[in-house]
Amino acid sequence: MEWKKYAYTFLITAAIFITAILASNYFSQKKITEIKDIESQISIDISASETQFSLLSELPCREISSSLLSKELATLGDKLSYMEENRGSDDSEVLSLKKYYSLLQIKDFLLLQKIKDQCGSNSTNSGLFIMYFYSNKGDCGDCQKEGFVLTKLRQDYPDLRVYSFDYNLDLSALETLISIYNIDKRLPVILINEKAYYGFKSVDDIKNILPALKVIDVENAKAAATAEKTKQSTTTKGQQ
Amino acid sequence: MHLVSETVTYIFLFTALYIEVFFLITYFEFREKERKIPAVGALDKWPSVSVIVPVWNEGTTVLKTIFSLLELNYPKEKLSIFIVDDGSTDKTWNVIQRFSRNKQIKLLKKENGGKYTALNHALEFVDTELVGCLDADSFVHPEALKRIVVQFEDSEIMAVTPSIKVFEPKGLLGFIQKAEYMMGIFFRKIFYYLNAIYVTPGPFSIFRKSVFDKLGNYKHAYNTEDIEIALRMRKNNMKIGNVHNAFIYTIPPANFLSLYRQRLRWVYGFLKNAIDYKDMFFRPQYGNLGMIVLPAAGFSILSTMFFGAKIILSWINLLLLKIEEISTIGLSFHGFNLDFFYINTDIIVFISLIAIFGTFFIIMTSRELAEEKNRFGFDSILFLIFYTLLTPIWMSKAIYNVVLSKDTKWR
Repeated sequence: MEWKKYAYTFLITAAIFITAILASNYFSQKKITEIKDIESQISIDISASETQFSLLSELPCREISSSLLSKELATLGDKLSYMEENRGSDDSEVLSLKKYYSLLQIKDFLLLQKIKDQCGSNSTNSGLFIMYFYSNKGDCGDCQKEGFVLTKLRQDYPDLRVYSFDYNLDLSALETLISIYNIDKRLPVILINEKAYYGFKSVDDIKNILPALKVIDVENAKAAATAEKTKQSTTTKGQQ
Repeated sequence: MHLVSETVTYIFLFTALYIEVFFLITYFEFREKERKIPAVGALDKWPSVSVIVPVWNEGTTVLKTIFSLLELNYPKEKLSIFIVDDGSTDKTWNVIQRFSRNKQIKLLKKENGGKYTALNHALEFVDTELVGCLDADSFVHPEALKRIVVQFEDSEIMAVTPSIKVFEPKGLLGFIQKAEYMMGIFFRKIFYYLNAIYVTPGPFSIFRKSVFDKLGNYKHAYNTEDIEIALRMRKNNMKIGNVHNAFIYTIPPANFLSLYRQRLRWVYGFLKNAIDYKDMFFRPQYGNLGMIVLPAAGFSILSTMFFGAKIILSWINLLLLKIEEISTIGLSFHGFNLDFFYINTDIIVFISLIAIFGTFFIIMTSRELAEEKNRFGFDSILFLIFYTLLTPIWMSKAIYNVVLSKDTKWR
């Protein structure tokens, strides 16, 4: 019998396995650190914007809207949901990152409200936001579909801010937000202009609820038509 | 549930990796030893050999098989060929009549009873020192017999297996099988090193005639008499050899249905014979065969089913998700995200990479043993992509048949 060889093989296999575990943990930790870095960057951004906002109340509204709001919230949300998928929603590290992310979203939302108060809801880009409450505990059949809709909207309208919250997250600030707007656990829920809409809402449904998106569509169509005309006239001139 | 599935995945991965590492260690260990052993050349006296060719409705391929035997570089007076027509219903018997006057060839005819009965019928007439079989869909390399016979110089060797290659592969299935057969050459070599060969393939495995005198003739053995006879030999402590450069060329099944039937027969036959010889599993007295190779063969069926099912399920999930996405928001292209963050760095990815690296090494070594020009070919790529997806199909049916005791047919 080759017991020694069996044992050596076991040791080599175990060594390979442990190396794989260590390598995987290393990269996973690196990703967590990356998320933490983004979170702290956003936190600094928000604080800086708040401070800037307080200092420069005379700042023109157009500049405020484009410069003060953090652009990285959406990227952070995507990365966090990827981590959640990979490490599981019960992972303690993912949970704490998610809580912090929710807090940052609430802070961002408050800042947005301040800008809205200062510059009015019609000011460029500042009034568009959707709050979305979901659950990934298997008790929300339409949450997946609603996720697709909101991702699509965020792609089509880069200035639309989508704040997504896990309804079941144990976070006092989130609970307060839920109680302020009286949101029931009939998920998915979308909150637009302080009104809660229950159940699945398609892209068109949301456009009907938020007509500003339709206005952007019209503006975009006009801009495209003008660009096309300019292009045609340039071509004609070139031919002449 | 998720935890159970993850634990099972890791156990399977660990076991698969253990087996791969064990085989690779064995290869390196013996390759060094083999280099130091001087090769045996021509023998002073060649032993007498009989080759049995069982045929059943194989009028189209049998001629090529017989001609390849006649062209063997082996003393004519020492080589007898028995062609047994196992009750063919086509023109096979007429086709083989052209050899009726050939002194080397004996033509036998019997009622149809299956391959093992044809072999046993011919064994009654065999009086040579060595005896082998060649399926009527296979051809031998002119030097194959001499190379095999030399190994019988080792008095402990009771049977010798050759290396089987695919003859002129055609189409996707042909190329996948080409790569698969070449990997078979590597594994048979490893099993030989480990004294753990458990199949003496139908195409040109040569036995000492005394094996049948001592152990009795072939058995039906669920249409896999080549597995059963090898297991019977191993159970009686008879050593089986292998000559990796004794090449036999076989015509593989050309379409999926015939491949499916063939593999179903093989896997079902292995499982049923494994059950019959279950007392050889995990028994130290059978050495590496009992401790590693037989359990590994059983494990490979389970793991192929497990990982195959896992891959197929994940693809179905992905497809359902995509369908749901398209039905919700229409077609939408997200572009490729090249951010390092989204590269999968799970443990399973690292283990799979190591396992794939090992598989690449096996493929390349197999091709070297098979005396192929290139160390990697188009067939290797097709094999890597499709093989894992094809095998669960017949394996699941074979397991189903074993559980419900449904017998398989030869064709």
